[in-house]
Amino acid sequence: MLLNLSEDQQFFRDTTDRFLTEQVPPDTLRQLRHDPAGYDSAYWRRGAELGWTSLLVSEAHGGGTISDAGLVDAGLVAYEFGRHAAPGPLAVVNVVAAALSEHDAAPDVLAGVLSGESVATWCAPPFGSLRWEPTVEASRSGNDLVLRGEVAIVESAGQADHLLVTCRDQGGTGVTQVLVPATTPGVTTAPMHTVDLTRRFGIVTFDEVTVPASAMVGLAGEAALQVHRQFEQLIVLLNAESVGAMQAAFDMTVEWAFDRYSFGRPLASYQALKHRFADMYMWLQSSHATSDASCAAVAAGDAGAAELVSAAKAYIGEYGAELVQDCTQMHGGIGVTFEHDLHLFLRRVTVNRALAGTPEEHHQRITAFIDAREREGAAA
Amino acid sequence: MSALRVETSEELESLEDFRQRARSFVQTNLRRVTPEELRWERNNNDDEAELATVARDREIQRMLFDADLAGICFPREYGGQGLSHEHQKVLNEEFAGYEYPLRVQIPTLSPCAAVILEFGTEEQKLRHLPAILKGEELWMQFLSEPSGGSDVAGALTTAVRDGEQWILNGSKVWTSGAWWSDWGLCLARTNWDQPKHRGLTVFMLPIHQPNVEVHRIEMNNGSREFCQEFMTDVIVPDTDRVGGVDEGWTVGTRWMFHERMLYNSSLVTEPVGLAHGSQDAKIVYDIARAHGRLDDATARDHIGEARVLELVVNQLAGRVGEGVRTGRMSDQAAGLVRLFKGTSVSRVVTLAFNVAGASGAAWTEGDTAAMSAINFLMRQAGSIGGGTTEMARNVISERVLGMPRERRLDKDVPFRDVPRSPSTK
Repeated sequence: MLLNLSEDQQFFRDTTDRFLTEQVPPDTLRQLRHDPAGYDSAYWRRGAELGWTSLLVSEAHGGGTISDAGLVDAGLVAYEFGRHAAPGPLAVVNVVAAALSEHDAAPDVLAGVLSGESVATWCAPPFGSLRWEPTVEASRSGNDLVLRGEVAIVESAGQADHLLVTCRDQGGTGVTQVLVPATTPGVTTAPMHTVDLTRRFGIVTFDEVTVPASAMVGLAGEAALQVHRQFEQLIVLLNAESVGAMQAAFDMTVEWAFDRYSFGRPLASYQALKHRFADMYMWLQSSHATSDASCAAVAAGDAGAAELVSAAKAYIGEYGAELVQDCTQMHGGIGVTFEHDLHLFLRRVTVNRALAGTPEEHHQRITAFIDAREREGAAA
Repeated sequence: MSALRVETSEELESLEDFRQRARSFVQTNLRRVTPEELRWERNNNDDEAELATVARDREIQRMLFDADLAGICFPREYGGQGLSHEHQKVLNEEFAGYEYPLRVQIPTLSPCAAVILEFGTEEQKLRHLPAILKGEELWMQFLSEPSGGSDVAGALTTAVRDGEQWILNGSKVWTSGAWWSDWGLCLARTNWDQPKHRGLTVFMLPIHQPNVEVHRIEMNNGSREFCQEFMTDVIVPDTDRVGGVDEGWTVGTRWMFHERMLYNSSLVTEPVGLAHGSQDAKIVYDIARAHGRLDDATARDHIGEARVLELVVNQLAGRVGEGVRTGRMSDQAAGLVRLFKGTSVSRVVTLAFNVAGASGAAWTEGDTAAMSAINFLMRQAGSIGGGTTEMARNVISERVLGMPRERRLDKDVPFRDVPRSPSTK
């Protein structure tokens, strides 16, 4: 998280921190593991009142930022979500709200999402491989669009009232995004399994789903660029959340190292362990720095943003999980029990490592950026 | 001084004006260099070429001085510009893609000039800082000794007072380029009856004098850049002492801090994109290309990983720099950047060697893979030089995270009674 927050940002962050501390302590999270939604709808509405859903939405559409960079502010919420392993579809809801606002689409749906009364999720295959492509096909039928296909690993699919579906155009290479009410005939969702206690994922099937052309978000066939922007927003928020989870696990483990005695000495006095803490702290601070920088770069639309986002995702994916695994090792047996809180954070970084591109997939993506620069250099 | 220097220190030159001025200087006076040329320059082992480069670096530094672009964050009274860290960043951006006076930067401007600026007397500062900023004096750190690298406060080089002067005896090592440098900043023991940290004093001395013998050390990669100096009855006037007698560790602590902060120092120029370490991914990429492995998924994973490390270290250095400047982090947090650099260089060198495949075992003249094998031999150097990564881990865990310090046998006893390697007795 940013080293130097403005007073307003600090206040905003503290408010979310206090709310999460009070509403979703670890015992509550444990109880939510069998809850179909993973979160309580009243909790989500109250979070929305705190500003969780409105930061990427323009003022004209009822949103607003704390600083001038809404994504940076949303990153603060995501960071607190990570620090508390908090429930709720934060990243996907924000990405969809941003898209609706940007394209001036479905104002009623957006209003519901902003207030927390309803949930809209982002329905595209998980980004990762360079060969990524939509798995739902859209075809024109008069003034309607007909969708066919299936999307897996959709966050809060079963809880969403609306789905922002990314489709490829039938018989072409164009990409189109469509906002589909979850109750539309032909839309079915099936739950999937995951290791996170409170996050839910599902498979959404589109069987000849007919929606009016007015359901499109952005231009027909030309949504590839906006989908990439959404990916980047999503990754930035997932990263911020992972960094929060890393911080919580690290803090908890440093405290443990001071309190836990073995052979008459605190763990924190053993050089072999101190050195591992030094490595962990380096990973943690590097993750903070890269997460913040990539978030600011996407918010500002910097030229190097895409590469920095991939670097952050690769690094935090790899070292976020390594850090919490090492924290587990430092705890010994208690660290792998359900009773201990550490796994709440391990679950969070584990899911985030796999989502939206593994470290290896982002390495490949970064190398493709270098290819492009080399080609430009050769052409120049 | 030109007419440009009329504003008061409260009204700094605007960043935009500064950028224009820097850009015009760079484009008018400097040669464009590719990263490949710079890499070659850094790795060449030819003395004549090295001396020519040093001469060119001094010349560029003088031109910078004359153009009011030397010592951006040094005070004006000592020949600097009295500008901000932001101005230095602009200069780093404007230098990108051009030659720059690499050999004037580290350790001359920092840590050496930084230490003189902080602890020198007015006379010392007036004598040396302008000369440094003009490229007339290149400095070396006479810090490490053969008896112990990371334990710099365990210095055995001894200075004995003789009226208004000191007589120094001992040996220093790992000075890179001492054979073409002018001055040494030297940590010496002035009191063997005090505990280790309370009997040290810092001096400055000219390197090229009869009583200083400079030996060049051949490294396992063929480089002969590093030197060892043998000092025999070297006379140093008391006016060349830096800081108080037996207060050398007060100086030394800040000296070490500047050393750890080199990757984000306001006193050092590092062109964006040419900065040390920022070519890591490109090296791996070039090897993959030269060996037809650009379509190999493993090679591409390695290239991407190298690029991640170089992007992340820049962000970490920026965060730690900001944290230390704003007081949000302790000075000791600079150890984080040092640790990252050491471990990531090792990793990147391994990635490059992997991508070279069998060509890392034997090669023909001109093959890019040659460097990957030679660099692999020197892989650990990045985790050793400037304080080992183990030291950095101690600093981070003890001084930043506040964990209990290691038990030490060199505390609160006269230094002469501290156990040390039998060979140094």
